[in-house]
Amino acid sequence: MTPDKQGGWFSRTEKGIVTETKDKKEVKDGLWYKCPKCREIITTEDHEKNLNVCPICGHHERIATKKYFELMFDNNQFTELAANIYSADPLNFTDTQPYKERIVKTMKKTGLKDAMTVAVGEVNGYGLVVAAMNFEFIGGSMGAVVGEKIARAADYSLEHRIPLMIMSKSGGARMMEAAISLMQLAKTSAKLNRLSEAKIPYISFCLDPTTGGTTASYAMLGDVNLAEPGALIGFAGPRVIRDTVGHDLPEGFQRSEFVLEHGFLDMIIERKDIKEKLGQLLKMFAS
Amino acid sequence: MILLEFEEPIAKLQEQLDKAIEIAEQADVDMSATIEELEHRIREKRREIYANLTPWQRVQVSRHPERPYTLRYMQALTEGDFAELHGDRNVKDDKAMVGGFGTINGETFMLIGQQKGENTKMRTYRNFGMANPEGYRKALRLMKLAEKFNKPIVTLIDTPGAYPGMEAEERGQGEAIARNIYEMLNLKVPVIVVIIGEGASGGALGIGVGDRVLMMENTWYSVISPESCSSILWRSWDFKQQAATALKLTATDMLELKLIDEIIKEPLGGAHTNPREAYDAVKAAILKHHAELKALDPVKRMDIRMDKYIAMGVYNED
Ligand SMILES: [Zn+2]
Repeated sequence: MTPDKQGGWFSRTEKGIVTETKDKKEVKDGLWYKCPKCREIITTEDHEKNLNVCPICGHHERIATKKYFELMFDNNQFTELAANIYSADPLNFTDTQPYKERIVKTMKKTGLKDAMTVAVGEVNGYGLVVAAMNFEFIGGSMGAVVGEKIARAADYSLEHRIPLMIMSKSGGARMMEAAISLMQLAKTSAKLNRLSEAKIPYISFCLDPTTGGTTASYAMLGDVNLAEPGALIGFAGPRVIRDTVGHDLPEGFQRSEFVLEHGFLDMIIERKDIKEKLGQLLKMFAS
Repeated sequence: MILLEFEEPIAKLQEQLDKAIEIAEQADVDMSATIEELEHRIREKRREIYANLTPWQRVQVSRHPERPYTLRYMQALTEGDFAELHGDRNVKDDKAMVGGFGTINGETFMLIGQQKGENTKMRTYRNFGMANPEGYRKALRLMKLAEKFNKPIVTLIDTPGAYPGMEAEERGQGEAIARNIYEMLNLKVPVIVVIIGEGASGGALGIGVGDRVLMMENTWYSVISPESCSSILWRSWDFKQQAATALKLTATDMLELKLIDEIIKEPLGGAHTNPREAYDAVKAAILKHHAELKALDPVKRMDIRMDKYIAMGVYNED
């Protein structure tokens, strides 16, 4: 091992492949979805109807925060919190392109301000503050904006005595904010300490992927830790580990089922059951 | 002494000096004027080089193979009055994480830190200073022990990162580090953190949350090593110098960013050129900060610590 092999806050995971209709002449007006796991091909319409879960093998395709809010909050009603915070490029960072430009481009491309969206609403009648990460925003990387938004979410929870849930979907820390990004691990943990003191439940929901800095902080600190099936959850990325150990990793390594078996998750919840299971947990905490 | 590549100008002078000493000894000639002159020139050259170190050169000094490692500091700070304690009480004793009680100026402290090996055999034994989850859990166990008996904690950081192995993942490397960060925030005793070498990412922060965080002059602290940053952002290993600069990972940068509290000056040429001076500087800093922290109410101290971390982060808001 040399320090060269260190790091791995970013990791890439396989994505479902969306093919243009013109390649598949059988179906008009739509797209095809090919499941990356079982290779089954279905229309994107059917796939979306099934909450972007493969009807054959149950593979959970990554979906946007907006869709989670839709399937979780009663009547899809919620209020977004701290919506106007965005990155300041505190280090004046430039790699192959200036960080400032990267931010502007990503904002334009995704319509998001950063890798975190916070909302408050009700799940089966129980109030819940949800801080959900956006993987499409620079790999869901955690910088000062993500940290601050979690802090604001926790403040709202404290003030209104409403449970907090953080949905992680992140490759780890945001390198372009370097040590500031690293300190968000401590910042968010301080807020979770304050929630704990006030006996307000904190639920961690690990989505695909939850790696690096998120795993080394709030993702593993829930009063209950939940995950979707098959989500990659780990500290080091699979590639870094493979380089370290010098051989391929076993099937299912660092996936939700593996992480539950090793004692770090309370339960794995299928997407279609999220609302019901959350509602049940919130009821248990409340009554 | 091993000289780094950028210390090359010193090497030539050192060679002349060695020769002069040899002549003086063998031929019984008075070379004292020459020797003195060469020593002076070496000092001046070193001063010149060290006044203009690039961030990447600092990283190299922080990794100098002769730089004193954690246990050397523990022995020196306590003048040998140190009782090493072992094990996490669950899985094993992680050799990359060391700790124990020691007295500094007559007062008992809990000292904890990552340990690198000093030779080839020991480097493997210490896993290159990369702790597994049991190392972080051993550290937390020792911190809780200190808290129970109201002893202040000093952590010494020197790690290229937490170990990225398969067993580390199975036993929850992420959870272990997360738990430590969380628990260190609410320790009721003073916590002083000193970066004595490499401060790489979560592996460093896993024992790095404190009332005071001090960096020695020639150390680095960031979210990723310059090499890995180069490979990920530039997709090549060749941009480590640029990455080191961009990451703002030096003690000076970190102080400016208000992410650390103080820089501890090192002897000219780095801690390894005069370890005794380095130990004394670290000891003085620990005692100074401990005196200030001891005076605070424990609950208030904890609150200040949490608020300090909550304030970290620069962002825009419309
Ligand atoms: Zn499938």
